[in-house]
Amino acid sequence: MSDKSGAELYAEREQRVQDAMDLKETDRVPLSMFSHFWPATLAGITFEQAMYDYDAFNDAMRQTLELLQPDMYALNQTYICVGPTLELMDFKQLEWPGHGTDPNVSFQFLDREYMKRDEYDAYLNDTTDFFLRTYMPRVAGAFEPFAKLPYLPAQYYFKMIRVPTAFAGDDMIEGLEKILAAGKEMRKMLKGALGFAKDMAEQGFVQSIGGTAAAPFDNFADYLRGSKGAMLDLFRNKDKLLECMDRVADNIIEDTIAGAQHNPSRQIFIPLHWGLDNFMSPEQFELFFWPPLRKVLMGLIEADLIPCVLWEGDCTTRLETIADIPVGKAVYWFEQTDLGLAKSVLGDITCLRGNVSSSTLITGTPDDVDEECKKLIKVAGKGGGFILDGAIGLPDEAKVENVVAMAESVRKYAN
Amino acid sequence: MSNDKHDKLVNLIADMEEDEALALTQELIDEGAEPTSILEICRAAMDIVGQRFEANEYFVPELILAGEVLDQMSAMVKPLIADTTEEDDKVDSGTVLIGTVHGDLHDIGKNIVTFMLDVNGYNVIDLGIDVSPQAFIDAIKEKSPEIVGLSGFLTLAFDSMKETVEAIDEAGLRDVVKIMIGGGQVDEQILKYTGADSFGLNAMSAVNQCKEWIGEAA
Repeated sequence: MSDKSGAELYAEREQRVQDAMDLKETDRVPLSMFSHFWPATLAGITFEQAMYDYDAFNDAMRQTLELLQPDMYALNQTYICVGPTLELMDFKQLEWPGHGTDPNVSFQFLDREYMKRDEYDAYLNDTTDFFLRTYMPRVAGAFEPFAKLPYLPAQYYFKMIRVPTAFAGDDMIEGLEKILAAGKEMRKMLKGALGFAKDMAEQGFVQSIGGTAAAPFDNFADYLRGSKGAMLDLFRNKDKLLECMDRVADNIIEDTIAGAQHNPSRQIFIPLHWGLDNFMSPEQFELFFWPPLRKVLMGLIEADLIPCVLWEGDCTTRLETIADIPVGKAVYWFEQTDLGLAKSVLGDITCLRGNVSSSTLITGTPDDVDEECKKLIKVAGKGGGFILDGAIGLPDEAKVENVVAMAESVRKYAN
Repeated sequence: MSNDKHDKLVNLIADMEEDEALALTQELIDEGAEPTSILEICRAAMDIVGQRFEANEYFVPELILAGEVLDQMSAMVKPLIADTTEEDDKVDSGTVLIGTVHGDLHDIGKNIVTFMLDVNGYNVIDLGIDVSPQAFIDAIKEKSPEIVGLSGFLTLAFDSMKETVEAIDEAGLRDVVKIMIGGGQVDEQILKYTGADSFGLNAMSAVNQCKEWIGEAA
């Protein structure tokens, strides 16, 4: 264990990560700790406990950081400890442990059509109204009464005076009470999580996520039209889909910049879902996926934020296209794309991150992990500009000894 | 003349011209075309779609749209077929049982593989998502497939696939089926871990594997 003070460790780690993002040589490759339920696996608590027992998961996170000593970590609590809030708001887009999945099975998003094919005009004409009275009532029971609200921009004078009556109906009161309770619960969880982050910062641990964002196409395919609807819209609603992409990009930029103001990290985590090689053609990628995503990346970069894009799946055919960003202003994290190849195309442009395979972390031995990390550090770490991480972070089922081998590798091998 | 229209319809479907394809289908129906001849057109068009997918000209959006067009055309034609007999040209082809393994709720990959196997003439029985080992075993006993396909997107599927293969083995059925796995981060290492016979990175490798194991479908 290091004899450096927490403040010294914090400064050292923060600088090491920053240097990697700046494409500078570092004393060693920085290690990222990104996970979902792996801390629960380490601590021996169920995934259900992790989502509901804030103290137990804080302790699991503490154990994880102390064991791995990463150069940066994701504050998992914000997306794991949400069980009580999900229940209170009757959230319908997820199934989670005890609510649709087994106690030790991760939460999963339900890919559905939350916006219908004929609702593009409603979305484009008045997005806020569409969200308030149509979309939000579909995604959470607590929001359902909003469907009965009057169209607010049409209210004036005595009509406006009558607006409060809409808020005094029994179902609306019930919905508002649920929202209030969910909000208080989320504040309680966040207070604990932020207290944890402060303690950890004092011990030298640096947070890696200052906000999250989505590619506009993913935003639409995942959360609005559903993957099937969005894919069909490439043909059926092409022009309106493209118009929406532009709108979504603006909304994401504005919201992400506002949300990142008070966070300790400038990195914005952007996991991508539908742009990979096997899902859409290069032409479709270059029309529907990349331009709006690039707009988001540029908007965040101009606001002095650092997009950290997780390119899920294999994105080999996209490498040349996605090289079109400013030098040293983003992080590209690849799940399955060969990092040697990515280094040759993008090495002078953007910091790379990844990609110890999940199969090795779950089913391999520490020696297998060590060998894989060694290769990654040599190839992707050459000359700097590389952060070691799992292919999609630490898989929930990864063996502890394998994760330890991954953490040790950065201290063992020079890049 | 009708043959010209048939060829045109094949191309409209294969070229993703949904509205025109449906309009021409209606036109053919109105002209009294044999409903079975329209289903033949669908099959010919899907062959082209499959070939273009194999050649990396088409991707998931085209497969999904082609599936939608096929469904709509079937719905237009099927009421006109007097006695709905099973599609007899699939009777002798191989049967593939497929499903997303226990705990995993993802189905896009499975659906694409199902579509491509179907297009290639296999009789595909889709058990859906979150399928228990017992449900696979019951279906193997009932449907006697030559091949079982286990799909999964999340890493938890690694263990679910392993458990399913072991359960099939314990039920004494391991020797009567070949098992292929795929989806998400499945690779060579997971193939060994699960004890399955083969893994694939995409839908075409599933089709090719089936061809290798049970030959070209009818």
